[in-house]
Amino acid sequence: MLNSDVKLSADIFADTLEKASTRDGFGKGAVEAGKNDLRIVVLCADLAESTRAEWFQKEFPERFVEMGVAEQNMATVAAGMAAAGKIPFITSYAAFNPGRNYEQIRTTIALNRMPVKICGMHAGVSVGPDGATHQMLEDIGLMRMLPGMTVIVPGDAEEARKAVIAAAKTDGPVYIRFGRTATPVFTTSATPFMIGKAIVLWKADKPKVAILSTGSLSYSALMAAQALSADGIESIVLHVPTVKPLDEEMVLDAARHVGCVVTVEEHQAAGGFGSAIAELLSQHHPVPMRLLGIADTFGQSGEPDQLLAHYGLDTLHIQAAARALIKSIG
Amino acid sequence: MSLTDEQVCALEAKAEVIRETILRMLVEAKSGHTAGPLGMADIFAAFYFHILNHNPKLPSWEERDRLVLSNGHICPVLYAAMAHSGYFPIEECLTLRKFGSRLQGHPERLRLPGLETTSGPLGEGLSQAAGMAYAFRMDDKKQRVYCLMSDGEQEEGNIWEAAMFAGKYKLSNLIAVMDRNNIQIDGMTEDVMPLEPIADKYRAFNWHVLEVNGNDVRAFISAVDEAKAIYEKPTLIIAHTIPGKGVPEIEFDYRWHGKPPTQEEGKRFLKEIRTMSGKVPHEYA
Repeated sequence: MLNSDVKLSADIFADTLEKASTRDGFGKGAVEAGKNDLRIVVLCADLAESTRAEWFQKEFPERFVEMGVAEQNMATVAAGMAAAGKIPFITSYAAFNPGRNYEQIRTTIALNRMPVKICGMHAGVSVGPDGATHQMLEDIGLMRMLPGMTVIVPGDAEEARKAVIAAAKTDGPVYIRFGRTATPVFTTSATPFMIGKAIVLWKADKPKVAILSTGSLSYSALMAAQALSADGIESIVLHVPTVKPLDEEMVLDAARHVGCVVTVEEHQAAGGFGSAIAELLSQHHPVPMRLLGIADTFGQSGEPDQLLAHYGLDTLHIQAAARALIKSIG
Repeated sequence: MSLTDEQVCALEAKAEVIRETILRMLVEAKSGHTAGPLGMADIFAAFYFHILNHNPKLPSWEERDRLVLSNGHICPVLYAAMAHSGYFPIEECLTLRKFGSRLQGHPERLRLPGLETTSGPLGEGLSQAAGMAYAFRMDDKKQRVYCLMSDGEQEEGNIWEAAMFAGKYKLSNLIAVMDRNNIQIDGMTEDVMPLEPIADKYRAFNWHVLEVNGNDVRAFISAVDEAKAIYEKPTLIIAHTIPGKGVPEIEFDYRWHGKPPTQEEGKRFLKEIRTMSGKVPHEYA
């Protein structure tokens, strides 16, 4: 059943549930954070409208910096601005930020421990028709390997807004991953969000499987749990927006309590969120696992839902993976 | 304001002790770069003992000028200049590149107070310096940002992104210095990847460009003074230096870019430097 403690949307299972993109959450969060802290600046690489950096630009033109199509320079200029007392948010598509400018982020932001907030937009296959070049599927892996980097993958627009505000208040570098497509807004302003904390979306008295998910696919995981429950298969759904640092206690609790784990992410199954969970569990409480993600391939053009279904990341595939896992352990 | 002869002599003497320290560090470390640090000793003496508005006893003083070293591999000269100006004990220089040392093989900001950034991967200093200059201008702060870079690293694309950015925003509080010693690891820059006409390239990016003998402290300081008077543009000072300057037998030899002297070579080189009696001989300048 739904976990009422986390105050999810009242319309959560209704057709009327609001949809918005996590990039919209960035736009709102950046404006709010900018109001509270004059040190915040937003750097943009010729994508003001589509990254929603424009929303900040309208409110605070003097703290908006247009860099042109130059993501490497954006990262390094931001490192310099941070050294001079600013809190820069650098924005572009995740394929270029951190895809193009990875070494600049590594040396001048991470190794320097600068409070630069790296905002990777249009991540995952759900950017849709743009195709493989723009469908970043390796960013979580790249960023979580960097020492001292916080990595957040918000589940919806509201959580994205909170993540941006929280990132602005956090010392050190943060990577936040955003999507282009409007996805269900399943949390509310009352839903708790803290960097490093996971939340239980769905719970059960005697769960057979734990579904751990990050990003907007957590809503699909929730739909899968509801469908499984209707079929008499109980599960829990743990939404893990902070991939690093992981909420180790919650993840280990879920593994201990339930005994098998399915992970879900819109990212390569290798090196991303599922790998982070496997690294933790294999050392502290090994349980049978299924890692749902992109299976060592690039994306392609298509509609977001079509692509998620094709790559095995929709509600039906999550249900199937859960059933298969339960069956495999008897 | 031109320097007196006494001031010039004093700075040349500082350059000489910096060179001596560089050689001792490299012999002790048994690895590291020789030619670049020796070639830049005069410029570092000029910065740390004349140009910079800084306080070695208070390295995080907010109003200080910022000196960003982009080509981190020449850090022996940076460490030597910092030690001699009082940032840390001169003996510590001999820990260069050793386990546990604050003097990492390439400079790491978090390990040593007084370093403005972490560098080594080439082509990244100019944009960080530009970011600092931009932030200071937003806040109406008056300090200047200096970026020291090599000629070889002009081959990196990131440099030109930074040059475009600094030109667009007319960052006149940014003064870049290019060590034009014409060598890089694989040979002469003009053979590896021609940079010329490098001054015209920066001018085309809306920079004010000066060229100067980088082993002549008086000429260099006067170029920095001119750069400070340019209010419409960032300035690049192309400092023509002699790689290995101060040790005649290795001067101009690109093979000394990336290796240290052996103990015996070190002894011989130190003697050669000592015979210069505080003056950079004009036949090499």
